[in-house]
Order: sequence, then structure tokens, then C-alpha cells
Amino acid sequence: MIKTIISSELPIGEQFLVRKNVLSNGNGGKRICVVTGTHGDELEGQMVCYEVSRIIQENIELLDGTVEIYPALNPLGIDSLQRGFPNFDLDMNRIFPGNPKGTMVEQAAYRITEDLKGADMVIDIHSSNLYLRECPQVRINVMHEDWLVPYAKMLNVDFIWVHDAATVLEATLAYSLNSTGTPCLVVELGVGQRINDRMCANLTNGVFNLLRNMGVWKGVEDALPSKPIVCKGDKVDFLNAANSGVFLTEQKTGTVVEKGQKIGAIVDPLSGTVLSEVISPCLGYLFTIRAYPIVYEGSLMARIYKFDEKEKSTGGRDL
Amino acid sequence: MIRETLYTMKSLHRDDFKIEGFRFGSGEKTMAIVGSMRGDEIQQLYICSQMVAQLKELESQGDLDPNKSILIIPSCNPYSMNVSKRFWAMDNTDINRMFPGYDQGETTQRIAAAIFKQLEGYQYGAQMASSYIPGSYVPHVRMLKTGYENIEAAKMFGFPYISVSTPAPFDTALLNYNWQVWGTSAFSIYAGQTNNIDKKNALLTQQCFIRFLKRIGVIRKPVKNVGYDSLLLDEDNLVRISAKKAGLFTAQYGAGDYVDEGATIAIITDPNDGSVLEEVKATTSGYIFFAYNKPLVFQHSLIFTII
Repeated sequence: MIKTIISSELPIGEQFLVRKNVLSNGNGGKRICVVTGTHGDELEGQMVCYEVSRIIQENIELLDGTVEIYPALNPLGIDSLQRGFPNFDLDMNRIFPGNPKGTMVEQAAYRITEDLKGADMVIDIHSSNLYLRECPQVRINVMHEDWLVPYAKMLNVDFIWVHDAATVLEATLAYSLNSTGTPCLVVELGVGQRINDRMCANLTNGVFNLLRNMGVWKGVEDALPSKPIVCKGDKVDFLNAANSGVFLTEQKTGTVVEKGQKIGAIVDPLSGTVLSEVISPCLGYLFTIRAYPIVYEGSLMARIYKFDEKEKSTGGRDL
Repeated sequence: MIRETLYTMKSLHRDDFKIEGFRFGSGEKTMAIVGSMRGDEIQQLYICSQMVAQLKELESQGDLDPNKSILIIPSCNPYSMNVSKRFWAMDNTDINRMFPGYDQGETTQRIAAAIFKQLEGYQYGAQMASSYIPGSYVPHVRMLKTGYENIEAAKMFGFPYISVSTPAPFDTALLNYNWQVWGTSAFSIYAGQTNNIDKKNALLTQQCFIRFLKRIGVIRKPVKNVGYDSLLLDEDNLVRISAKKAGLFTAQYGAGDYVDEGATIAIITDPNDGSVLEEVKATTSGYIFFAYNKPLVFQHSLIFTII
């Protein structure tokens, strides 16, 4: 059943609408929410929402509980190729939990938060932006590590990044929900403005694996979920551009790179010269690579999870 | 006066990115003034450029204390200004959400770090600010409630109003917030407009700066303007008026006007047939602190705050 959770007037003959599809069956009391589209340039969640919705509706007898699908928290952004909330110059994921007396976007954030509160799990699907390509991963604030990592492992992703607490992140949807007792997992995958079919299919399997483990889905598993690398503490190397230029690389995410291995190069098309070579500073797992080739000094080009001695033989995964 | 390039960065195809500063006097780091940090902060740039001209004149006449150091940075973001983008054009990040910055981080983190390095250690700091909500403000000094805000010092400007607000999580990366935490008495200065030059409010703001610089001993000659006995406002206590309807917005009153309770202060009309959808009424008597100034309005948009 499709429900409208927000309807607000736009200036010229249009309603701003945020909608969800509520799928229920059986006697199970659990409610799992799949949300996406906070950033208008992130589209991987569109396919995952479609697949989850389609598979449940084709096999409704296997559902025991409620799954709610919110495919577009920022529909104006998705429709107009804008990452932020159009007309407000705001990153929507920096204004949660919103404000019932605030601007239109702050009110929208408030109503979304209130609608999601009390769910047994919220899966918040993000792609990367236009600039970076990410391997499928779950990001968890260190404050919620013990509570959420076991659930994250069910999602069939390659990487779980337990990151430090940062005050600015207190205004995200995930923080707002987690800090009030509603568990929320943030998934990142792919690159902005594109859909990677394989990654989305894997995540869809992960969503059903989580539903199964939480007793909401009675279907059999297609394949064992992947064993993700769990990254904790200060074990990520950030590779920032030494020069402004064009970053050329053939490197893919989700690969192991050696210390000293060439990741790419920054070149100058005007002079026809290589400005700098981008070299891996460590042996590790490359989980982020730059997708948009133009860089300024400081632009992020790659992130590598550094292996310790033990992980050199295991590839960072628990065997 | 010394004109100095404070930071440069190479671009792939554009001329170098440069942040320029103007230094007056030497010795004790007394006051820094920062102009536009976003590409649409034209009023902010204009006021700083006028302050550079004014201080240059005062210095040439021997009316500035040479032992007190002043730094003015008219624009921290000429690249965005030159392509009419509010934020960093490549990735739409906001330099004023990157403080205190990180010199090994991403581009705008590096720019913020370079700016902050120049601004650290001043006794007083003023940033010409703008809001993400489109509209005009009564000229005022704004401070975040960090526990370090220096209200007594803010009164030395003689602006009509001083406002204080509770910082939201994303405010912790603002220049103002970090300046305060690192020991500078920091002020955000709202000078009415953002995208346009408003000469009346620009002049008022310049007079406030001159008054402040006189009171902290930078300017030595007598200053012949008295200023206001500033009224302190907590932004949480302003009366907020939001649009009940969306449509075409025409304001009857603007920032700084006095309105009586019940007066019609704006009209929202149907964009197709011109019928009146809402007569926006003042819900209290008082001076308008903020007035929305775009022709199209969304339902629930904040359109006025009244003192």
C-alpha cells in the first residue's frame, strides 16, 4: 500500500511528496524500513528498492512482518540532478532530526524521522557522489559499533567501516535514529548518477538475508553472504591529490594493492606531462577510488584499508 | 598597508587560485575582518573593499596605531565568485563548513586550514556572513552560544542588534565557532543583503567597524558617529512567521520596518489566476528582523521574523 507521508505545496501547481510503500503479511510484528534518495545524485538505492519491492510482492507469502520502502526522501533533488535539497542550498543529511516549526525541508526531515522511529531496522542506502567510486560498504559510528556490526555483517557487503564520532555527523538521519534507539545502517556503494547492477543485486540479497535473520522473511538464501572486512580504528590511508590536474587510473575498488604499487597518475594535458604518480603507501584493501578525473590539490583519489601482519595472509577477512 | 597573497593553489586550466589579504600596522594581532567566503557574498566583498580603502586613507594620515595589526581578507573564494557559484564550484562544498580545516585533507579543507592559520591569534575577528535562507536582515552582529561569546565586545560596534543563537551540529565547522573556541572574540556580521550591493546598509556597517576600531584603540583620531545602544536578542525568542500557502510572494514590509500586530505584511497569490491565497499577518507588533525576498515561496517557508 502506497502511503504519502509528506505533502507540501510548491509555488506553482505542484505538491512536494514523500511516499512509501508498505508491504505487510503474516503475524510477525517487526517493521523493517529501506530508505534512500536523501542525496539526489545517488541512484543505486533506486534499483535496490525496486528489487526488494518486486521480490516481496511476487512472494508475499514468504513475508512475516512489515517492510516499508521509501525510495525518495529528496524527490526534487533526484528529479533535478541535485545532490542537495533544491532551493535551500542544504545537504538534507545535515538537518536531521529536523524541526516541526522550521523551513519546508526541516519540517520534511522531522516528519521522515518521526515516521521511521520505532522501526526494528532502517537500512539507509547511499551511493557515493559523482566524484568517488565505493565498494559496497556499511558505515557505522564507533558509538554504535557493538550494537550494529552484527547486523551489518548480514548485508552481503565487502567492507564495514567503523568510523570516529564527528559532531557534524550528529545531524544525519542515521545518527538521529540510532541515538534515539531505532537501529539504522548506512550503506554506501557505487558512484553517483549511475547504477551498478551487480552491486545492487548483491545488496538486495543482503537485505533479504537480514530480513531472514530477523525473522521477517521465510525464503531460502540464494548464496552465503560475503564475509566483510571490518575496519576499526585508525587504519585507513587517504590519498589526496598532490597537484591539480587530470587523474588517470585503471584501478577498481574492492582490490588488494601492494605497498608501492602505482594507483594512477595526475597529468597535465596542456604540457603533456605527468605531474605526479599516485602510489599506494601500504599493503591493503582499496575500497574507494576517484571516478571524476579532474582534481584540485587535496582532492581525494583513493582510500585504502591498511592490512596488519595477520591480515596479510587473510586479506583482512575473518576466515 | 601591505597587500599580500595569503594562499595560492594551481588549477588545471584556470589562472591560479589566490586569496589576497591587506595588512595594516604590525605587532599585536588586534583584529581580522573576513569578507566573502561564498561566491554570492557580494555585499560582504564590497564592505571589505571599502574598509580597505578607508583604512588606507586613515593610515596615510597617521591616524592608525602602527603597533596594532589589522588583517582584511575581502574574498576567500574568488574562484566561485568568478563563475557565480555559491560554493566551491568543483564539488559544491562550503569553505565555511570546513573549519578549522586540515592541510592534508580535501581541497576546501586545505583552503579553510590556510585561512584559519592566517586568522588564528587575533584578539577580535569579524566575518561578513550570509544565511542559507534567502532574504534580507536588519544589520546586526551574530554570535553562536559556545560559552566563549563576548557580548560586551560586540556592543562596541554599535549595531542596532546583537543576536545569539544555539549552534546546530553542522555549525561546529563554521569559522565563527572555531574562532571562538580558539580564543578570538568572533563576530558574524550581517549587513542586510547577500547577492547585491546595498549601499545604505554597507555604509552603516562600515561606520560600525570604524566605531569598533576606535574603541579598541586602532584608530587614533576622534570618530564622529555615536552608534546604537545594541539590543541583545536570542534568536530562539524571535517571532517566526511561515507561509501557510505556496505561490507568488510580494512583501509589503521589509527588514527594519515596524509593523503593528494584525497588519498585512505580505501577500501570496496564485501563480496562474492571481487570486489571493494568503494575506500574511503580523502576529505581533515590532520590528522586522528578517524578511524573505524571493518572488516564489514554498509552503512552510520562513518568511519573516519579528523582534
